Amino acid sequence: MSQKELLKVKNLKQYFPIKGGILGRTVNNVKAVDDISFTVHEGETVSVVGESGCGKSTTGRAILRLDNPTDGTVEFDGINLLDLNKKEMRKMRKDMQIIFQDPYASLNPRQTVRETLREAMAIQGVVPKEERADRIAELLETVGLQPYHADRYPHEFSGGQRQRIGIARALSVDPKLIVCDEAVSALDVSIQAQVLNLLKKFQKEMNLTYLFISHDLGVVRHISDRVIVMYLGKIVEVGDKKSIFENPQHPYTKALLSAIPVPDPDHDKDRIFLQGDVPSPIDPPTGCRFHTRCPFATERCKEETPELRSTGYMAEGHQGACHYMELIESGEHQPTRETSKVRQLSEEPERV
Amino acid sequence: MSTNESILEVTDLRTSFFTEGGEVKAVDGVTFDVPAGKTLGIVGESGSGKSITAMSILQLISHPGKIKGGEIKFRGKNLLDLTEKEMRKIRGNQISMIFQEPMTSLNPTYTVGQQIRESYKIHQGLGKKEGSKRAIEMLKLVGIPSPEKRLDQYPFELSGGMRQRVMIAMALACKPDLLIADEPTTALDVTIQAQILELIKELQDELGMSVVMITHDLGVVAETCDYVAVMYCGKVVEYADVRTLFKNPRHPYTVGLLKSLPRSDRDQEELTPIKGTVPSPDEMPVGCRFAPRCPFATDLCHEKLPSLDDVGDGEQIRCWIYTDEWNGDPGVKVYEPERTTES
Ligand SMILES: Nc1ncnc2c1ncn2[C@@H]1O[C@H](COP(=O)(O)OP(=O)(O)OP(=O)(O)O)[C@@H](O)[C@H]1O
Ligand SMILES: Nc1ncnc2c1ncn2[C@@H]1O[C@H](COP(=O)(O)OP(=O)(O)OP(=O)(O)O)[C@@H](O)[C@H]1O
Ligand code: SF4
Ligand code: SF4
Ligand SMILES: [Mg+2]
Ligand SMILES: [Mg+2]
Repeated sequence: MSQKELLKVKNLKQYFPIKGGILGRTVNNVKAVDDISFTVHEGETVSVVGESGCGKSTTGRAILRLDNPTDGTVEFDGINLLDLNKKEMRKMRKDMQIIFQDPYASLNPRQTVRETLREAMAIQGVVPKEERADRIAELLETVGLQPYHADRYPHEFSGGQRQRIGIARALSVDPKLIVCDEAVSALDVSIQAQVLNLLKKFQKEMNLTYLFISHDLGVVRHISDRVIVMYLGKIVEVGDKKSIFENPQHPYTKALLSAIPVPDPDHDKDRIFLQGDVPSPIDPPTGCRFHTRCPFATERCKEETPELRSTGYMAEGHQGACHYMELIESGEHQPTRETSKVRQLSEEPERV
Repeated sequence: MSTNESILEVTDLRTSFFTEGGEVKAVDGVTFDVPAGKTLGIVGESGSGKSITAMSILQLISHPGKIKGGEIKFRGKNLLDLTEKEMRKIRGNQISMIFQEPMTSLNPTYTVGQQIRESYKIHQGLGKKEGSKRAIEMLKLVGIPSPEKRLDQYPFELSGGMRQRVMIAMALACKPDLLIADEPTTALDVTIQAQILELIKELQDELGMSVVMITHDLGVVAETCDYVAVMYCGKVVEYADVRTLFKNPRHPYTVGLLKSLPRSDRDQEELTPIKGTVPSPDEMPVGCRFAPRCPFATDLCHEKLPSLDDVGDGEQIRCWIYTDEWNGDPGVKVYEPERTTES
């Protein structure tokens, strides 16, 4: 890993308009990603974690400009992608690839693997025509497929094999950054381990940079250098893997980690049960967005939005967005809600 | 098999689908016990036959599927001997099921209250008023706030976690003796999953139910189950109590699963995947189904299918290594505990 900042995201916002009325005017917005900033260094794996709907995929898509971000900047290799026109952006895509959760949906069912890979290389024009056949054979071998697989169609493969094709396609253009959006989530563990090992191997060999989106914290602990925790469109905590897993500071990160079932019957469960469900991003809670579920919430949390910040005892680069990190750590600020029972749901208004 | 009395004893259950491509042996000789009041976990990768096993127990298999044989003894009675009418009395009453996707089993056109009341009407002949009263009690039991209001809501008006709670309330409405939960939390976020699993456990204690917990998540197994059956290609390959399974796994497939698993509770240098993939039904190995992927396989394994045998302490293994016929390395070590850096 180098110190070079390959990707620099600043104040990124992605709102999706909700149209309503007979005039189809924008009546409201889904604030899917709401003012987030972070940096990814070359050769590093940064994971984005959080519950369904918190804005992980939207972040990945906004960076690749698959959607048009509402506001902010996305600097890649020193260039602000949001300033580029379509043609310039197409050129940049060679350096930025994405692997999706469902490889089946992202592969053309009427194209053989060879055609898929050839097309990817042709669009980007990175590999000279006469070298493409060799390159395809090489790619298939790298991802653990056989040469005869080149002439098969997506439906003729298992889920794990299709995910390898997705990886081969991403690698075919020699990218710098790969956004992996739940790339191993649909796979059985034995196959998932194969694919994770492959991703790690390629990273080492080709100095690849990964933005790894996942809700599986076991996978994240295994693959990441740094971790970003999101809640309702905001980053609530960021830090190196060790800090996040061993010294989480934000109450949401703590609850999230405590909720993961551990494959060890002797594991000590000190579980924090959060109340209720995640609120809607259309009209997110005021102040700290976590206050409707946070075990430590106070009146202040309803009004004041906490910014990402560090405290004296946190490792370098480790930041959390909570007013009370120090006081929770020292024990001076105690829970304001029950967290050990599952059947004392508070009567909070449902937001749909 | 176990010292406890069993509420459910499944023996050599076989269920196949007769498709154009031929017979798919989805469940191919499944045997396990559910000790009364305990939770049995069924784990295994996608397609190993977990759901079809559950559906077979309730006889919810439809064309082109067919239960070909075996025995499903519930409280000592073979369910496969019952008529459909007799089965209907058992379903949703003595044995209930929760499905992975609540929307498939909640009827979108009826309110929550109507659906729970229906269950009381069928099984206990209760009228609307009494049914509603009991429904409110159930919804309260599963931790749904303002249950009176929820009775008149439709499933789509609820969040995923809420729907799963309603499902549980419905499944438990008639206080079943056995609850079969097929991936009850797979579609949910982990914080919601934690709530639901704890809820099932608490209700089990209160109602004295037995539970069959189907999952592909070994973390869920470790946290919720007393006994575990590991399935591979339609067969049980290991049956053990939960501590034995995690502390001293014996079947090479179980060991392979554990070594493939990325852990959230500690750092691991490397994952050791199981090589290859699950065989497809039309190229099922004749010997041990796991032989093409097993690091210990011998010619015996490739030629002959091992049976599920007792190995003592109520544990059962389907693997030649633990038999007198084993012709590989006599000192073979299938599992060596990893040295780990606990966090
Ligand atoms: N094109 C769109 N139009 C309107 N709303 C959208 C659109 N795409 C995403 N959203 C909303 O934005 C929010 C964030 O969605 P996103 O897909 O980024 O979540 P996620 O964190 O990836 O969740 P998951 O874990 O379920 O994949 C959600 O509330 C989602 O419904
Ligand atoms: N209607 C059907 N027709 C043909 N084959 C079927 C049918 N339903 C299930 N199968 C096959 O039966 C086998 C077992 O399926 P089952 O649904 O029990 O798997 P599972 O262990 O529950 O997997 P998952 O973890 O993906 O839910 C699979 O090979 C599946 O393809
Ligand atoms: S700011 Fe308040 S509501 Fe937000 S995480 Fe901290 S204590 Fe909880
Ligand atoms: S019987 Fe043979 S192939 Fe099967 S699990 Fe045992 S050692 Fe492996
Ligand atoms: Mg997503
Ligand atoms: Mg299933």
